Amino acid sequence: MTSAEKFLSMLIALVAFAAVIAVILFLARTFGERNGGRGTAWAFMAPVVLLLSVGLVFPALMTVYQSFLDARGDNFVGLANYATIFTSPDQLTVLRNTVLWVVLTPFVSTAIGLIYALLVNGARLEAPAKALIFLPMAISFVGAAIIWKFVYEFRPLQGNVQQIGLVNQIIVWLGGEPVQLLIESPLNTVLLIVILIWIQAGFAMTVLSAAIKAIPDEIIEAARLDGVGVVQMFRFVTLPTIRPAVVVVLTTIGIATLKIFDIVQVMTGGQFNTSVIANEFYSQTFRSDNQGLGAALAVLLFLLVIPIVAYNVRHLRSSEAR
Amino acid sequence: MSTTTPPVSAGTSPKAPAIPAGTLARKKLSKPWASLAAIVLAVLWTIPTFGLLVSSFRPERAIKTTGWWTFFSDPQVTLANYEKVLASEGANALFPYFVNSFIIVIPAVVIPMTLATLASYAIAWIDFKGRDVLFVAIFALQIVPIQVTLIPLLTLFVDLGIAGEFASMWLAHSTFALPLAIFLLHNFMREIPRELIEAARVDGAGHVKILFSVLLPLLAPALAAFGIFQFLWVWNDLLVGLVFGGSENRPITVALSNLAGTRGTAWHLLSAGAFVSIIVPLVVFLSLQRYFVKGLLAGGLKG
Repeated sequence: MTSAEKFLSMLIALVAFAAVIAVILFLARTFGERNGGRGTAWAFMAPVVLLLSVGLVFPALMTVYQSFLDARGDNFVGLANYATIFTSPDQLTVLRNTVLWVVLTPFVSTAIGLIYALLVNGARLEAPAKALIFLPMAISFVGAAIIWKFVYEFRPLQGNVQQIGLVNQIIVWLGGEPVQLLIESPLNTVLLIVILIWIQAGFAMTVLSAAIKAIPDEIIEAARLDGVGVVQMFRFVTLPTIRPAVVVVLTTIGIATLKIFDIVQVMTGGQFNTSVIANEFYSQTFRSDNQGLGAALAVLLFLLVIPIVAYNVRHLRSSEAR
Repeated sequence: MSTTTPPVSAGTSPKAPAIPAGTLARKKLSKPWASLAAIVLAVLWTIPTFGLLVSSFRPERAIKTTGWWTFFSDPQVTLANYEKVLASEGANALFPYFVNSFIIVIPAVVIPMTLATLASYAIAWIDFKGRDVLFVAIFALQIVPIQVTLIPLLTLFVDLGIAGEFASMWLAHSTFALPLAIFLLHNFMREIPRELIEAARVDGAGHVKILFSVLLPLLAPALAAFGIFQFLWVWNDLLVGLVFGGSENRPITVALSNLAGTRGTAWHLLSAGAFVSIIVPLVVFLSLQRYFVKGLLAGGLKG
């Protein structure tokens, strides 16, 4: 297909979609007003209910079912796939890595974001200084991974081979030997985590900076008059006030981290003991043709998201009630 | 109540003279350190991207044998990498995938935005049976990770005969976006004063008319917030493109990911290609920045 043909097919699809919407609106206008608009309500809800039940609810239930089947989906194997996740050495490494990701990423990026927000708060070049940190948010994980490939690349020390990765060049400049950064485990996982921290710190910084600016001046002023120092000000005034925002940031990054896939896929493909649940799901399902195990990993991912969301919702409720 | 608190009605009062000398001194002392720390962080954060930008303009041989920092002692500039990457034909051409990304993203933003507007209107302003149950169900669906749906969805697309077609990605992206879109737009619709809707109804306006002439103009910021969020989400997506995209119509992210995985990495193509793929979301992001943060915050639970 040429580019023009692609655009044409897209236009046709959009026109078809517009036609569907026009029919819905026509039906709603002609028949919908009876019974206080119930007809309109169902005409408006129908496409959404259809898409969500066929495209989300039904597949999710199917996946739960498939997680109890064997690799090819032929025989019922009970909890065997889940047992594999929690016993096979490969899968245990996957779990270990996922824990490492989910523990390190939210806390480190939130801490860096918070520190940076405090440092530039009220500074002269605040807006551009913030933009520099925030820009990685707009870059795709794939783009970010490629950027960091240029940072982590390793070249063996021989003849006049030069390093092209920045980290190894710095090691060499300092008189050390270049390290196979993406091959040595668990160092490689930590270095991949750095990439996500690099991306998420900007998000944390933006949200927390807004929260810091929302603290009423009177509170700051009163604390200052009481002779509170910088550190105490942070501990007893700033942090308690922005606590709800910190929780939102931590949980949001936590959920995003749990589902991290792109960075691992592009940097190592999950090799060298760097795989995580979302990546292992992809490898097992589409590379190793082990659909049962893949499905079980997807279900596990879902189960792990729930407590984080529950904590977030409960915390939001309690801070609203206050 | 502290008696030392000055009346706040004075508005923007100048710095209170009562600040103890110790605090003042400490504040003054910490200032240069704060600036220095901020600069160090900002430089650290920018260097990786800067390195890629410099690399993308260096000749292939230079990229593969020396680091980008040698550019400053031995500057060699070329546009050859961009020419190769942006060529519409040839083994290394990334341009077709760049086009694919646009083809995928436009309907994947328009479709959920339209459907969610209709649904959120119904939930917010029409009293119908099962409304609350539906809303809670849709809200809960936000947290379902897309991984949970991929295998059965792929089977479904194969049965429908659209596996590997653009349509499969439009449908998948639209479906995944709906819960968040409805949640976001519903919250916004509820903030519109009830009197406005009731006045229009008294005037004899039907729901369709109210939606288009009363609500839609007010909804623009919410639609923008969702639109930009969904645009970045779809443009930057790898997983959906990898699973549902055919070899001809995969998005730029998938093409780049494949390129990065090949043996004897094509560094010169990667650097230029990555930059081309970054520019579009960057432009969208910079021009609509203020809506973006709002969308991001609301999308925290998206699966």
